Order: sequence, then C-alpha cells, then structure tokens
Amino acid sequence: MGVEGIGARVLRKEDKRFMTGKGRYTDDMVVPGMKHAVFVRSPHAHARIAGINVEEAKKMPGVIGVLTGSELKADGIGNLICGWMIHSKDGSPMNMGAWSPLATDTVRYVGDAVVLVIADTKGEARDAAEAVDISYDELPVVVNAVEALKHGAPQIHPEASNNMIFDWDLGDEMATNDAFAKAVHVTKLDIVNNRLIPNAIEPRATLGVYDAAEDHYTCWTTSQNPHVARLVMSAFYNVAPENKLRVIAPDVGGGFGSKIFIYPEEVVCLWASKKTGVPVKWVGDRTESFLADAHGRDHVTHAEIAFDQNNKILGLKVQTIANFGAYMSLFSSSVPTYLYATLLSGQYDIPAIHANVKAVYTNTAPVDAYRGAGRPEATFVLERIMETAARELNVSPAELRRKNFVRTFPHQTPVIMNYDTGDFDATLDAAMQAADYAGFEQRRQQAAKRGKLRGIGMSCYIEACGIAPSAAVGSLGAGVGLWESAEVRVNAVGTIEILTGSHSHGQGHETTFAQLVTERFGVPIESVSIVHGDTDKVQMGMGTYGSRSGAVGMSAVVKALDKVEAKAKKIAAHLLEADEADIEINNGDVRVVGTDKSLPWFQVALAAYTAHNLPSGMEPGLKEGAFYDPANFTFPGGCHICEVEVDPETGVTEIVQFVAADDFGKIINPMIVEGQVHGGLAQGIGQALLEGTHYDASGQLLTASYMDYAMPRAFDLPSFRILTTETPCLSNPLGIKGCGEAGAIGSPPAVINALTDAIGSNELSMPATPQVVWNAIQAIK
Amino acid sequence: MYETKYHRATSVEAGARLMSEAEDGKFLAGGMTLIPTMKQRLASPSDVIDLRRIEAMKGIVISGRTVRIGAATTHYDVSIDEELAKICPAIVSLAAHIGDPQVRNMGTIGGSIANNDPAADYPSSMLALDAMIITNERSIPASDFFVGLFETALEPGEIITAVEFIAPDRAAYKKFPNPASLYAMAGVFVARSGDVIRVAVTGAGENGVFRLIDAEAALASNFSSAALDSLIVNPDGLLSDMHASADYRANLVKVMARRAIAEIANRPM
Ligand SMILES: Cc1cc2nc3c(=O)[nH]c(=O)nc-3n(C[C@H](O)[C@H](O)[C@H](O)COP(=O)(O)OP(=O)(O)OC[C@H]3O[C@@H](n4cnc5c(N)ncnc54)[C@H](O)[C@@H]3O)c2cc1C
Repeated sequence: MGVEGIGARVLRKEDKRFMTGKGRYTDDMVVPGMKHAVFVRSPHAHARIAGINVEEAKKMPGVIGVLTGSELKADGIGNLICGWMIHSKDGSPMNMGAWSPLATDTVRYVGDAVVLVIADTKGEARDAAEAVDISYDELPVVVNAVEALKHGAPQIHPEASNNMIFDWDLGDEMATNDAFAKAVHVTKLDIVNNRLIPNAIEPRATLGVYDAAEDHYTCWTTSQNPHVARLVMSAFYNVAPENKLRVIAPDVGGGFGSKIFIYPEEVVCLWASKKTGVPVKWVGDRTESFLADAHGRDHVTHAEIAFDQNNKILGLKVQTIANFGAYMSLFSSSVPTYLYATLLSGQYDIPAIHANVKAVYTNTAPVDAYRGAGRPEATFVLERIMETAARELNVSPAELRRKNFVRTFPHQTPVIMNYDTGDFDATLDAAMQAADYAGFEQRRQQAAKRGKLRGIGMSCYIEACGIAPSAAVGSLGAGVGLWESAEVRVNAVGTIEILTGSHSHGQGHETTFAQLVTERFGVPIESVSIVHGDTDKVQMGMGTYGSRSGAVGMSAVVKALDKVEAKAKKIAAHLLEADEADIEINNGDVRVVGTDKSLPWFQVALAAYTAHNLPSGMEPGLKEGAFYDPANFTFPGGCHICEVEVDPETGVTEIVQFVAADDFGKIINPMIVEGQVHGGLAQGIGQALLEGTHYDASGQLLTASYMDYAMPRAFDLPSFRILTTETPCLSNPLGIKGCGEAGAIGSPPAVINALTDAIGSNELSMPATPQVVWNAIQAIK
Repeated sequence: MYETKYHRATSVEAGARLMSEAEDGKFLAGGMTLIPTMKQRLASPSDVIDLRRIEAMKGIVISGRTVRIGAATTHYDVSIDEELAKICPAIVSLAAHIGDPQVRNMGTIGGSIANNDPAADYPSSMLALDAMIITNERSIPASDFFVGLFETALEPGEIITAVEFIAPDRAAYKKFPNPASLYAMAGVFVARSGDVIRVAVTGAGENGVFRLIDAEAALASNFSSAALDSLIVNPDGLLSDMHASADYRANLVKVMARRAIAEIANRPM
C-alpha cells in the first residue's frame, strides 16, 4: 500500500469544494433565458379531477406557460413505469396502474403533480400556481396497506383489483411446511417496518433545456444514475431519442436511493421546455421532498421460525404486506421481492424458507428503494425473530446464532443467493470483544442503581451488494442489465482521466477511484481525475445504488486499467528494447525488471500520442474502455451490538454503546468506509428511535416538516466503535464487497433487541420514541 | 399579491406609529416564527415593522433583585448573561436550551411571549416568576397576559418593550423536548420566593401555559420532590397528538416537576 494507493486513508479530494460551498448543484445551473417552474400538487389523497381552469393563472404577471397533463398526453409523453416485472404466484404479471407525469383524471396521493406553471421568477410562478383553479370530487382514502387489501376498501387503480399489485412467493412452501411439522420449537413474531422519508440534504431539482436549432434536449437533474434516466426517458417516456437527449447529474447532495428513480418533474420540465421555448428549472422545496420523494420501507410482516431439539433452524416462514403508495416507482417491485426475500436466510444455514409478499397500492407517496432497500427489512425480521427465539429457548443470543451460522462456502441458500465467502464467527467475536459483552451484567446492575434499565442487543446481518449479474437479474424480471462501464484515458503528458458510469453523490469516488490508479501506476493522486454524471462524456453506465460503485464500478475500472497497462507495457518494451513480460510499472516509472533501464510514465504516454516509434501495427493513443458484468452478488456481513439505557420515568433511550464489526472484503480507503458506516448507522438508529411517518385517515401527511419528522441529530448518537474483518469477495478482481448500506441494514434490530432486553417486553414498534417505550413499560407494569 | 413593505423602527414610538399607518402590519423581532409563516404564505402582512434595532428594547438591567429584560433581547444574550446567572440561573438555562444556535441568536424573548406558542419555553418562566409584561401602553401581569393558544392580552399595535420580575430565591426549569422540533413537550418552571411557590407548565396544556396549583399546594407544606410523589396530574385538558398522548404528557409534567425541585434542592445557592 502506498500513501495514496489501495488501503490508504487519503483525504477526500472533493471535500474542498463541498466544505467551502463551491459544489455545483443543479440549482446552481443558470442558462440564458431560463425560467422557473412550480408544480401545482393535489391537496387531496384521492379525488377525481372535475375540472382544471388555468385561464386566470395564464394572465398573472410574468407567466410563460401553464401546462396540464392532457397537453402532455397529446404530445405523446408516456406514463411513468416500474422497470422490474414481477409475476404473482399464479403466473400473472404485476398489476401496474397508470402514472401520468401530470394527473389528468384522478389524483392518488397528497402531492400528486397536476399542473405546471412557468414564470419569469419563482415567486411569480408561485403566485400563478395559486390562481390555478382545480375542482376535485373527493374519493374515499386508504393509507394503510393491510386495510387497503380488505374487501370493500377504496379502489386506487382500475388495473389492480383490491389494490393488490402482486401476490408473490419465493422458496419451497411444501418443504417449509414439512420442516415445521418436525419442529420442537416454533417462534412467531408480528413486526412492522416503519415508513421512512429519505431527506437528502439537497432537495430534488431539474433544469430542462430544449435547443430548437439542434432539436436537442439537455436535462440537468439530481440523479444517482443519469444514464438510466436517459434510457428510460427515451425508451419509455418518449421525451426524445437517446442521441438527442443529454442528461447531466452534477454535484448531488445525497440520494440514499431516492434519486435513483425517474420522477414526473424531470420529464415534465423537458417537455415543457420545448412546449414553451424556454429553459425550465424546477427546484423542490423541503415540503415537496417530504410529500413527493419516494419513501422507504413500510412493511407489515408475520414470521415464524422452527427449531429442532438442538436449536438448529429447520425452516422459516415469512408473510409480508408491502405498501407501495399510490404509484409503482421505477424499481419499487424489486425491493420487497428480490432484494428482500432473497436475504431471509441471513447468516444462517436454513434448509427451508418460504416467503410470500403482497404488494399493495395506497393513497400515500410512492415507496421505492431507500438505503438498504429490502435488506434492512429482511434483517429486521430475521434478527428480531432470532433474538426472540433465543429468549424463548433460554439460550444466549450469541450461542443461538453461532449454532446456526453458515461455515462452508460457497453456500446455496433456499432463496436464490449463493454466498461466496464470509466468516460470521469472526465478526461476532470481534464485536462481542469490543463491546465487552461478558461485562454487561455488571453494567446492567450499575445502571439499575442509577434507576436506569440497561439492555444489550445484537444483530448479525448479511446483505447483497454489487447488484448484479445482468443475466441473473434479467431472468428475475429486471428491465436493465446491472453491469458498469469505465474508460481510462491517459493523456499525452501522463495525467489520467477515469470515466465511470458510477455516480458520486457523497460517496467519495473522486478519491477512491483515483486511488486505484495511483496503486496501479504510482502516479500522484492529483494527476488523476474522475469524470462522471454526464451522458455526453461517459457513454453508458448504470449508476450508484445498492453499494455497487466499489464492487461493480471499480471492477470495470480495473478491467480498463488492465488493458491500459498491457498497452503501456508493449510500448515501453518496444522503446526499452526489452521483453514485454519484464516490464513493471511502479512509482511513476516504467522499468525493465532487474535493470536500471526505465522511462518515466509520462514518456510512455507521450510516445503513445506522438506515435513516432510504436510497435509495428499498433494504434496510437492510450485509452481503453471496459464493461464489467458481475459474476455474483457480493455479501458484506457483520455483527452490530447496541447497548442502551432507558429512563423508565420518561421512556427516553440513550444509546450508551454501539459496536459495528463489519466484513466489507477489501477496503480501498478505511476513512471513507468509516464515514459510510457512520452515516448508515445514523440512519438505522434514526429508523429505530426517531423517524416515524404519519398519514392521517384522510391521507394528509402529518410529518411533512422537521417540526414533526425527527431526523437523528449528533446528540442522539453515541461515538461509534467500528471494526472491520476481511474475507475478500471472490467474484470481483479487487475483492470488494461494499459498505454503503450495511450501517442502515444491521443497526435497527440491534437497537430494538437492546431496548426490548432493557425493558423486558418484546412488544415494541419502531420508531421507539420515548412515548412508545413508556407505553411499553406501562403495559407490563 | 404577497408584497410586503419592510420598515426599520428606531424607537418604540416610531414602531407604534408605523404600525398605525400600516394597512395590515406585523411587528418583526427575530423572525424565527414570522418569516417561515410568511414563506409558507400563511401570513401576508402589508408591512413588516422591524423592532430589533430599537436600542431601548435590548439588554438586561438588574437592580437589586429586580430584573428587566428588553423585549428585543435574543435568547443567546439571555443565555450568556453572567449577572443574571447569579440571581436567576433558571431563566439563563431555559434560554440556553431553546431550539438551536441559529434560533437562539435570532429569536427574542418579546417575540416568544407575543407569539405564545403552547410549546414555547419562556411563557412558563413568566408565569412562574409572576413577571410583568411591559408594553408601550401598560404593564400586564403574566397571569393575565397568556390567554390561550397563540393568544395574548396584547391589543392590536401594542408593543412589548420589556419583561420585569423579581428574582426568586430559587428556581429551576426542566424541559422534555419534542424529539423532532426540540420545542417543549412538557416544560415545568418552579420558582420559590419565601413561602410563595409557583409552578408553571408549558408544552402540555390545550390552552397553552398554565399553573400547576396542586403541586404548588403540596410544595408549600413540604418543598421536596417527594412531596409530589402522590401528585396526580390530570390528563384532561392536556394536549394529545402523534408525538405524545395526554397520559404521557401528564406523566412528563410530574417527572419534570420533580426533577426541577430536585435540581433546586441540589444546587448550592
Ligand atoms: C427551528 C426552531 C426551533 C425553535 N425551538 C424553540 C424552543 O425549543 N423553545 C422555544 O421556546 N421556542 C423555540 N423556537 C421559537 C423561537 O425561539 C422564537 O422565540 C420565536 O420564533 C419568536 O421569537 P422571534 O423573536 O423570532 O419573533 P418573530 O418571529 O419575529 O415574531 C413572532 C410574533 O411575535 C410578534 N412580536 C415580536 N416581537 C414583538 C414585540 N416586541 N411586541 C409585540 N409583538 C411582537 C410578531 O409580530 C409575530 O407575530 C424555535 C424556532 C425555530 C425556528
């Protein structure tokens, strides 16, 4: 490891611009003639649109255009789609209702976009938006997924009778029933995974620019995957052919999944730019973020787990009702299916698993992937039921887990996944030691003397990253392949640009991707630049989500670096009159092994471009591209241990210790990995203790601002103790597993296991606010 | 449609005059409540009259045990006042726990009590300290000032210029913050001056701040947290919302009251 190569704690190159307020975000983009857009959104959760009158609004000062969904339809703009086909257990395809980017006949959640107003200033657009007169006939509302499935519930889409989108099964139901028939002990658990609102610090924004001279569109947008946005807007929404549409995602202030999806706003603004002849910018405000960003989680689950007389797991049954909100967002269907049920085996050798998932429409904001996407939900079910079982079986939680750990690899689970490698004892041991698990009882007694209820809980999670082998996900219904692309451009003076289809919106790619190059060629990190987020610069890419940038994006870079290295060696061998196999590149020097014959790196690059003296038949230039299609998912795993103290008088929980021992495979930059874990843990602890999304019965979002939606603050969190162990991933060249979501996946059950241990009651829902904890304590008094 | 004229008043008289001339004017102090309301278009005053630059309304004056805090004094300035900390540390600590640093550097005591948010901290101190709310026209005892939710005894155009109170022998404020907003979900201010004990509760009442008369009676005969062991706080009349039920708030009021008294008992004076 060099000081800037793989494994080094290189400070983030991008932070100077972020920390000094010099980042360039979509809202910072200004183009000549640009106008400002405001969406008129539905105040009702469910209503028929009886009429839209825009005449008054059109007369307001500064107004350029007031546009409706019927005009959008007339211009041939398509409905928004979900790009992952799921078939119900009876073989029928999922029942996807129509999602018009601007509602034309029915609104289905509070925040549904209906009319676009464009004016010279944002203030004028807001004024005119208030003058738009929409008359609604209100319809009955349902916000709860369990209620929505009931007979006689309000019908949200004609395509989905009883609001059921699909009724999907995974695993062998018969084998699982047989396993349960042999059980000596069965533990049952009803569990709710609370809906979360992502709250990226930068609200979504877009700037649509139509160039009439070229018949060309440019879309600046807050996207985690600009190429997918271009593909979908071209192929499905009919905005423009791909060669006529450039999508740029500049600096993006956090995504957490919510900026993967293609929303109505970017489609509408692009179309409106052509329609009105002006560039159209929309910047969401915080209320719009709460109302109309895709939310996360929202599962209601019943689970049962069967054990034999030796406490070995025989089988697992899981039934989940997943709330999809009012429309199927772009990847919504994959989240509670292939990203959820496939992880239900966890770290355990479980012979038989059966999962059933019912996906349901409700009059709430659409739900899609949010940090962890399916894996936190799976981990919460499994790690809560394991803890509950340990208590029922009267064995230590660690012992029950150890008894069932997978220890031989590769391991085929009954739910598709094939784990390549891992060492679950190692992370459990590391976490227990760091947490001084053995000393807990003494700490509990000391806390009791201070009037506090102290509890400890663990969570042994596994998750799947590096999504994913294209053929595999294709066979499971994905509409896209999930490879990644890279291009390595060595300039004539030896500086290097890496073009990647991964997108950085806080992850630090400009540093970590450059570390790969420094490691390979020994060039200083300043001489490496990372180019991403622009479909005119990077040919194609699948973007950043599912902790895939390291495992998939970097693997593509490695493949391209291999090609560059091979060509550079050929050139050097030719110039140094040596054998290609004897050339090594080190510390910025290209040398013949065991001799003092060498060339500086820049001279090899220069030679490639002067082309005065290249091996015969070789093309000039030093630039290579590669596509990497993963051979398997990667499987980060680990153990989180949480220790809490509860004030029984008020129900306040303090996290007094949090240990995370994670196996992320090979680590490129430990500092950045720690940052990712910190953020993930904050989000997981936020879900466990603070973040609750409340809709009232009429479908109004009650938690639509920070006055009511509690985000974790620094003082809600302890100083984390973070450790890593390493079993390198076997399926990609760097051995990377991924670390972006693990914190949010492993932590919620650890917190709730600790809390239920502290208060002596297993009846506790998330977020376990002081009120919820106090209620639980009162209930057992 | 939403045009607002901004005026900067340089004296209380000028502020009152500007208001009388305005069609639908609003006083502006720290703006921590008024500005967000305007941004959301829930308020659209024709004129905004800024009181923050009126020197006479700023600062803390202590003579003997009489404390006068100018209405335009920020929470931050109250929270760092060393002289005030010597004779009434409870109000200093209350100010230090309002919102966040940005809010404390902008928000003012006058704005807070004029607004009379049921979850605001200051109203409890005013009531428990038996403060006088001084306006450009009169002095209003705190017990008459806080009328209901966001409602006060102020007449249209009336300006709070200061608050005045006698520092108590002992006092403490205990706040249970709402986990999202950090406003009080239950805040209890206990003040003792000689035999007189006053306990005021904010954040919990359906009609805003109120005195906990039962607790005052119990404490009069035995000033200790144990005196409240058998206190029953009636949840009727308490707020109930998604953050906290009335039962839970009733519990919090009792716990915060006991903790305030314990703090007084433990604090060297
Ligand atoms: C994020 C956030 C967190 C907060 N947390 C807390 C908290 O924990 N506890 C708490 O108590 N408060 C809290 N607040 C409220 C804040 O502390 C201020 O007290 C409050 O906003 C009002 O004071 P202001 O000076 O900002 O008044 P402004 O917003 O300027 O005015 C408020 C109202 O009072 C009127 N007004 C102002 N001054 C006078 C005067 N001298 N005479 C007559 N009328 C007047 C105005 O016309 C207006 O109607 C919070 C606010 C925010 C934004």
